[in-house]
Amino acid sequence: MQLFPCPFCGPRNESEFHFGGDAGNQRPEGFRDVTDGQWTAYLHERNNPKGPANEIWMHLTCGEVFRMERDTVHHRVMRSMALVEGGGDDGMAH
Amino acid sequence: MTRRYSAFALFKEGLNAQKGWQKAWRSPEQKPRYDILIIGGGGHGLATAYYLAKNHNIRNIAVIEKGWLGGGNTGRNTTVVRSNYFFPESTALYEMALRLYETLGRDLNYNIMLSQRGIITLAHSEAEMEMAARTVNAMQINGTDAELFDVEDVRRVLPLINLSPEARYPVFGGVWQGRAGTARHDAVAWGYARAADRLGVDIIQSCEVEEFLVEGGRCRGVRTSRGEIRADRVGMVVAGNSSHLAAKAGFRLPITSYALQACVSEPIKPALDTVVLSPATGTYASQSDKGELVIGGGLDRVPSYGQRGNLPVLEHVVSGLLEMFPSFRQLRLMRQWAGIVDVTPDSSPILGESPLPGLFLNCGWGTGGFKAIPAGGTLLAHLLATGKHHDVSRPFDLERFARGRLIDEAAGSGIAH
Repeated sequence: MQLFPCPFCGPRNESEFHFGGDAGNQRPEGFRDVTDGQWTAYLHERNNPKGPANEIWMHLTCGEVFRMERDTVHHRVMRSMALVEGGGDDGMAH
Repeated sequence: MTRRYSAFALFKEGLNAQKGWQKAWRSPEQKPRYDILIIGGGGHGLATAYYLAKNHNIRNIAVIEKGWLGGGNTGRNTTVVRSNYFFPESTALYEMALRLYETLGRDLNYNIMLSQRGIITLAHSEAEMEMAARTVNAMQINGTDAELFDVEDVRRVLPLINLSPEARYPVFGGVWQGRAGTARHDAVAWGYARAADRLGVDIIQSCEVEEFLVEGGRCRGVRTSRGEIRADRVGMVVAGNSSHLAAKAGFRLPITSYALQACVSEPIKPALDTVVLSPATGTYASQSDKGELVIGGGLDRVPSYGQRGNLPVLEHVVSGLLEMFPSFRQLRLMRQWAGIVDVTPDSSPILGESPLPGLFLNCGWGTGGFKAIPAGGTLLAHLLATGKHHDVSRPFDLERFARGRLIDEAAGSGIAH
């Protein structure tokens, strides 16, 4: 069982977390101006990197959404941080 | 000099102290240029090369593999073959594969140990029984074999299962596909490799792609750890590394990579004569010819390229199996491993030309690539040889994500990928 760091609750079991996709995948703005390609990229295409990744995760037990940098090959977590200002400390030494 | 496997060859070599057997495939030096280059020496890549040579008479082909043949997902799956899908497009695809599997041993002159022992997908509630009836109807309409089983039918094929109404997951019945079964996964890769090699295909191992050669907006080949290889058309068949190579080619795919785990128990005498799958407990199992129980389940919940998997899902899978088969509790697990699978938003594969012209894709099979190997190879060979879609592969083009015409098998048949 791996521990993931929630910025609000500290290190918790991985089974408490839900993967939310790439960080920075912004919904394209402008109803009429959004092309099929932009919409496809937003909805379906993924960076899915092999190595360092920058991702959005949700801690299901506290319901908070946060950003986590981790490596997808050996699963080491570099850091995790709240998406809002003053969101707390993840409590892990990185 | 014995190249063809037969009872006579076995007898002859028996008299000859087994000295005349040849290597199953050559290890040739790469040429600087091929008509068609295939990246990925797994089942799908090797099958593509074989069908290019056999069906389209194109012999100047190379398959390059960064590791060794069948060392990725082909050697890591749980060997189940089946075509119990919901949508007509999917049934056409997987039924094509199952039909090819039925004659593959003869076709390749290689024993793939196909065993059509049937698969039972269990239903654990009245509601699940209704869904099972819907699935059976869909499968029959789509032209594959399916039967709706009640509890007594289940007792007949699974004598050791706990059918008590007080069970944690009481069994109400299930979907039976009698032509499903298992095949020896390594033999499928090796059989295709040997047959493709005999038709003149160059198989080059320990050869990793470093970058794509793009000229005039088209893919013209690759630069590898062993130097440049140029080709008119390139096929990319690298499940578990699809996004990674796509990034090198300059585009993104609708794929997230997850580890999918499997494990085997110690070998026991014959106890399970079919493939059993329980979506509710998230587990499936069959017994190998050696007697081991081969156990698998759902995806890990953490996107990963680490080919090991992690504990929470394994615990869930094993506990689900033991809940249904209490007598398996005394078994010890011998091995556990994981493969990295390409998960698409609609749980269906991607077959077709990539955003980089000249580069063709066969990826996104999720947890179900092994069962599709003969079809994946046939269809990618058709694409590479003609530049056009086969009727069966057309619905699976990458364009479907832009058109919105998804083939959502996770919603349709409730499969675990």
